[in-house]
Amino acid sequence: MATIPPHDRDRGDLENFNRRLRQHRSKAAPESGLAQRLKAPPGSLPGLAFRVSVELVSAFAVGAGMGWLLDVWMDTRPFMMVAFIVLGSIAGVLNVYRVASGYGYAAGYREPSDSGSPGDSDRDEG
Amino acid sequence: MAGENHSPLAQFEIKSIVPIEFGSFDISFTNSSLFMVLTVVTVSAFLVLGMRKSAHVPGRWQSVAELSYIFIANLLRDTAGSEGRKYFPFIFTVFMFVLFGNLWGMVPYSFTFTSHIAVTFAMAAFVFVMVTMIAIARHGMRFFTFFMPPGVPFYMVPLLIPIEIISYLSRPISLSVRLFANMLAGHTLLKVFAGFVISLGVAGVLPLAFVVALTGLEFVIAFLQALVFTILTCLYLNDALHLH
Repeated sequence: MATIPPHDRDRGDLENFNRRLRQHRSKAAPESGLAQRLKAPPGSLPGLAFRVSVELVSAFAVGAGMGWLLDVWMDTRPFMMVAFIVLGSIAGVLNVYRVASGYGYAAGYREPSDSGSPGDSDRDEG
Repeated sequence: MAGENHSPLAQFEIKSIVPIEFGSFDISFTNSSLFMVLTVVTVSAFLVLGMRKSAHVPGRWQSVAELSYIFIANLLRDTAGSEGRKYFPFIFTVFMFVLFGNLWGMVPYSFTFTSHIAVTFAMAAFVFVMVTMIAIARHGMRFFTFFMPPGVPFYMVPLLIPIEIISYLSRPISLSVRLFANMLAGHTLLKVFAGFVISLGVAGVLPLAFVVALTGLEFVIAFLQALVFTILTCLYLNDALHLH
């Protein structure tokens, strides 16, 4: 590629170029949609299956672990573990629901009706 | 080498290079540590030497360095909004470290430190603690309303809060397991199929072709899993910055 060093060019030309570049970037940025595409459930079924199983198992493991620790702490073996295994399983299903309902990788709490772009900085922070 | 271990899992073995004992702890410099140091050195060299000239018209190397910067900057803006920009150095470091760690793992005879749950979980736990602290620093006690979905009947609250807390605490686990399991499975699969090449004789051409394709796929996965780890970190950061 034959390049003309910028200082050889007309200064006004360069500024014009800079202006156009900025214009183009600010226009292109919001609709790049990279995050949107990446957050959508993956097209491949094995990928989705893997993610769903990881979410299920990790919530179950956290529930079981928390229950076990509470049992050791409060000397209530095995009741807390039983209760928290159930809660962990429910949390796993909740995680899977969040993955499947289009929030992609975000396994945290999301309002199901919140369809706005997560990049909106002016979003209501309630 | 005589007595070499040909198990497909031998590649994940931690070998001590410089044994160091600190009290009762074994903090030896291992092959895992070596590749982490190599990763840090390569990333630094890639970026510092690439940007050495900072030319107006970038060369190939500088272009790639700038491209990786812009890529992560856009990703962070798209996922965490403009308030996330403060945390760009951290996010960029995470991405480059995981990506180069994965890529170093693709070099024959090397060691993939991202295929160890101890490494990925340490990173995920760090991200988790950091994001939680940012959320508490920004929102104070209001952070705990995060676990309380709005519009829930009051008799459901004692049941839902533990569920939400478990769901929140499962984040670092799913974050680390995803990276670790992908790297572990991919590298094991490569070794298993490579083992078939010799044992099948002439018919070994088939697994050989498969291994070639799989190596290509592993490169994609190396990039993709680094990206997934980064996106998740950005999304958790977004949750911390804008509570729902």
